[in-house]
Amino acid sequence: MSQTYLVRGAAPLGGAATDLFLADGLIAATGKDAQRAAGADTEVIDAEGLIALPGLVDLHTHLREPGREDAETVASGTRAAAAGGFTCVHAMANTDPVADTAGVVEQVYHLGRDAGWVEVRPVGAVTVGLGGTQLAELGAMADSAAGVRVFSDDGKCVSDPLLMRRALEYVKAFDGVIAQHAQEPRLTDGAVMHEGRMSADLGLTGWPSVAEEAIIARDVLLAEHVGSRVHICHLSTAGSVDIVRWAKARGIAVTAEVTPHHLLLTDDLLADYDPAYKVNPPLRTAEDVAAVRSGLADGTIDIVATDHAPHTLEDKDCEFSAAAFGMTGLETAVSVVVEAMITPEEHGFGWADIARVMSSEPARIGRVRRQGQGLTAGAAAHLTLVDAHAHTVVDPRRHASASSNTPYVGRTLPAAVHATFYAGRPTVLEGQLQDERSTP
Amino acid sequence: MRHLLSAGDLSRTEAIDILDTAETMSATQQRQIKKLPTLRGMTVVNLFLEDSTRTRISFEAAAKRLSADVINFSAKGSSVSKGESLKDTAQTLQAMGADAVVIRHAASGAPHRLAHTGWIDAPVLNAGDGAHQHPTQALLDAYTMRHHLRAERSRGADLSGVRVVIVGDVLHSRVARSNVDLLHILGAHVLLVAPPTLLPVGVQAWPCEVTYDLDAAIASHRPDAVMMLRVQRERMSNKGGGFFPSPMEYARRYGLDATRMAALPDHAIIMHPGPMNRGLEISAAAADSPRSTIREQVANGVAVRMAVLYLLLAGRSQSRPDLPLEA
Repeated sequence: MSQTYLVRGAAPLGGAATDLFLADGLIAATGKDAQRAAGADTEVIDAEGLIALPGLVDLHTHLREPGREDAETVASGTRAAAAGGFTCVHAMANTDPVADTAGVVEQVYHLGRDAGWVEVRPVGAVTVGLGGTQLAELGAMADSAAGVRVFSDDGKCVSDPLLMRRALEYVKAFDGVIAQHAQEPRLTDGAVMHEGRMSADLGLTGWPSVAEEAIIARDVLLAEHVGSRVHICHLSTAGSVDIVRWAKARGIAVTAEVTPHHLLLTDDLLADYDPAYKVNPPLRTAEDVAAVRSGLADGTIDIVATDHAPHTLEDKDCEFSAAAFGMTGLETAVSVVVEAMITPEEHGFGWADIARVMSSEPARIGRVRRQGQGLTAGAAAHLTLVDAHAHTVVDPRRHASASSNTPYVGRTLPAAVHATFYAGRPTVLEGQLQDERSTP
Repeated sequence: MRHLLSAGDLSRTEAIDILDTAETMSATQQRQIKKLPTLRGMTVVNLFLEDSTRTRISFEAAAKRLSADVINFSAKGSSVSKGESLKDTAQTLQAMGADAVVIRHAASGAPHRLAHTGWIDAPVLNAGDGAHQHPTQALLDAYTMRHHLRAERSRGADLSGVRVVIVGDVLHSRVARSNVDLLHILGAHVLLVAPPTLLPVGVQAWPCEVTYDLDAAIASHRPDAVMMLRVQRERMSNKGGGFFPSPMEYARRYGLDATRMAALPDHAIIMHPGPMNRGLEISAAAADSPRSTIREQVANGVAVRMAVLYLLLAGRSQSRPDLPLEA
């Protein structure tokens, strides 16, 4: 029998404190049963005052391997994920080579297993080479050892409406979902920031909200027409929230994600042309931030996904237009969501909501069977302990990601991941990554 | 003044100080020997990473007439075209002893990055960045307006009450942005005229008025100055963004032709930052008319850039070097 753990005094979803006994990769018992089940060699984890959440599941992570191992590897990115309280990440397909064949997704899957920090679920490309012209072998990726269920050309939009229709239809055969990066390419040629008052002042090419909203409107109607589900990546505008709300009311099988940064940051941060704030879709206005927060609170937006996008220093330490799009997010996600959704009390958002939008719903959308199951006896022992009262000054030198492009440098954020258990093993204890224990 | 990055960063007092200093510089340029010893021993680098001849030679002339050494660094044939980063280029120049960096760059915000990243510590002078700012152009335009409209009462004066119409491709124009900012600071009233496609979303927040009709603008605004912006012909193509249907249609609706020139108030001056597209945004008759200040703007550019270099570099040294004002 492997090492067992007794997590004492944690508050599941912020509720009444209880004990959890972890054995053989499962939450074997809870409450008084947990204490009884613990043996002499059970390691006791003092979790008094900590919030227990089911292990977090990220539907949108860029691990960069293969191709850009200088920015992140599967090992470094999943280590960062564990530090951020995650037990499962979906590795986006825009690697080099692109994850558009069974071979590449299986490689990423196996790299994830070898690293052992979290469950790595590769995302398959929708089109060959993200080229937007020919469907990739979606079935082969679905049937591979990686068992792909989420397909996305993320970084690029599947802009051809007929190709999008075919993709939506085709993945029904294996219960897959298309995750659309909603960006009308012609409306965003050369665009580097939100189009509005700030872009007019800064003389930077604008990325209009309508370029996102037009694609979302088209795709929810396509999904309705062919009876498929569709997932919207990193929704960022007030108009997009309205469209998804309308589609859901109509019964369309649409799900949507928002990133932590779109819940907190606005385009006025670009006044100094700092590429740390260059991201796609771009940071929007305060009105958009208010709308995506409301959308997340009322369930219009289903999940938070990090869009963790590591980049090397040289790709960010340059002029704005030359810089890469993207920011890291795994290690700050919980804190930013708390700052945006729980700290301002008007959203009525609690820890159970965090568990819903960062664990159970993303697992459901991605069809990840052994994740997001909750904290009940018999569930897989993926869990995260959060110190809700901690405050941390963000310092990328203390991050596990191989890249340092966080937009929160120097910012004090609430809540900290105290411990993460993946399949019954601690990957993080007392805020420290457990390197020697991580190998399965 | 540590750097000059944006016309909007200037206070009214600073702007007037630059214009007054430029008047002093201009007076010295009427002498037979134009060179002043003021910046002797200092090195000014012209870092021009976007094609520009006119602005570069204007800065070069300004620096040389203040006796500074000038190093010209342009993208073509330099290591920048071989993939060296802006950071490395700037630090190389700093290591060679640049006392000030004049930068022209296609990327909006590049001068701002150079000034605020800690890559270098020399003063940075923005000579045009993308569609963002070109502050010395706005200063030389304000100088030209003040000279004509305030005449002998120009020293110490602002432009309050002056009515300016700026016509053309505002969307892509750093000249328009800089002028709107500076003219507002100096108290002028600005009206932008452009086809709706060539106005940025968000222009409503700028301190100016906006209209689409040039004839109505001339009739109702009664401008003291009309500034025509350069329009790039390639912008009409589908690939270039399809901003207007044809050069002829643009010229008909927004060009300064003889009829529109005749409708201007008698005292109004005609301005253009150059280089001109004759027959597109401005007719030859307008460009060459006595009321055109286009060549004068070029001459004033040297005086304004001398003033800015002097004020930036003088502010750096312990004792502000004296200007040999009265020769």
